[in-house]
Amino acid sequence: MLKNDHEKSHKTNIMKNWPLFEIFIRSKNGLDHRHVGSLHAADAHMALENARDVYTRRQEGVSIWVVESKDITASDPSESGAFFEPAEDKIYRHPTFYELPEALKHM
Amino acid sequence: MSNEELLVHFQSRIDAEEKIEAKDWMPEEYRRTLIRQISQHAHSEVVGMLPEGNWITRAPSLKRKSVLLAKIQDEAGHGLYLYGAAETLGVERDVLIDELHSGKAKYSSIFNYPAISWADMGAIGWLVDGAAIMNQVALCRTSYGPYARAMVRICKEESFHQRQGYDILLTLSRGSDEQIRMAQDALNRWWWPSLMMFGPNDSNSPHSAQSLMWKIKRFSNDELRQKFVDMTVPQAEILGLKIPDAKLKWNPDRGHYDFGEIDWVEFNNVVKGDGPCNKLRLEARIKAHEEGAWVREAALAYAEKRSRKIA
Repeated sequence: MLKNDHEKSHKTNIMKNWPLFEIFIRSKNGLDHRHVGSLHAADAHMALENARDVYTRRQEGVSIWVVESKDITASDPSESGAFFEPAEDKIYRHPTFYELPEALKHM
Repeated sequence: MSNEELLVHFQSRIDAEEKIEAKDWMPEEYRRTLIRQISQHAHSEVVGMLPEGNWITRAPSLKRKSVLLAKIQDEAGHGLYLYGAAETLGVERDVLIDELHSGKAKYSSIFNYPAISWADMGAIGWLVDGAAIMNQVALCRTSYGPYARAMVRICKEESFHQRQGYDILLTLSRGSDEQIRMAQDALNRWWWPSLMMFGPNDSNSPHSAQSLMWKIKRFSNDELRQKFVDMTVPQAEILGLKIPDAKLKWNPDRGHYDFGEIDWVEFNNVVKGDGPCNKLRLEARIKAHEEGAWVREAALAYAEKRSRKIA
């Protein structure tokens, strides 16, 4: 009984020890890698092979990046108002801000 | 912001069709509902492999065998996408698996019915996957971003599942008398359980209103069930098979098919665990998990060894 319990917790620990990876796939050359999802793997090498089996079964990719989820630093959504605010009042960064004569061509 | 203000803000985002993402503020009940629904959905994909797995070695040709293998492999992948989506809500994978194995978490009751003939592979693809697609297409617009994205991916892959099932029945229905009988028998056994897949009637579905308000669900159980019936009846006619419902009839006033009442006693029994295969399915799941433990351990040992070599 004790041994069983020990084995059980041992197994659970091993599950927990498999880190989470985020998967990015380039669908064809000329395009960016794009986030497609995540998976657990024992290491990055296994994450690559599993990502191939899970996310490119129908030739959806020509290149895969895997990144451990814990290595990603993300902006905080509850702060996103203040974080992105500096860009809000700078409409002169868009071409439509400028009213130019109709006669003007090629601009 | 106070909790009440947060709630109002949250609902206004939902109403404006904004997607909710993993790190956004959300009501605890929204999070709990999603974890329950997404993990049930993931478990269904995983348990759903079991009735079909039995037929891999018995498929009638190499082509059918390759197709069935590909379909089952997709289902493993779909389970993974969904577990991944559930994990973004802060729940650990092993907790979800434990809940499945302990019987705390549910999976779709349809997989507690036995697949006793090759024609069942056809009926499962056509009807069970057909009903699942009906649900899943609606869920592509669900309010939780990671769930919606998983659904889009699943729907893209799943339409072949339904077509290969229909193709199996089409072949049988154009075959010998015995093959036609097999196809009809499969339809007879899978029709009603497929209709049950949409869940209880709206009047009996206590969580539906909240889920619809939060746009986790986009259509009610009865709406989707009706859509499924309307779509499937003409498909059965092409097969020349008869749907086992004496009350099934086109209603020109409603512009829909009328159909008979589901056996809700049977539905509740299977949900409660007294279906034909509940015990078998869970045992097979647990056995696979436990017997696969050494593979997970070996993978970890190998990863450690490799990292020492690199270092």
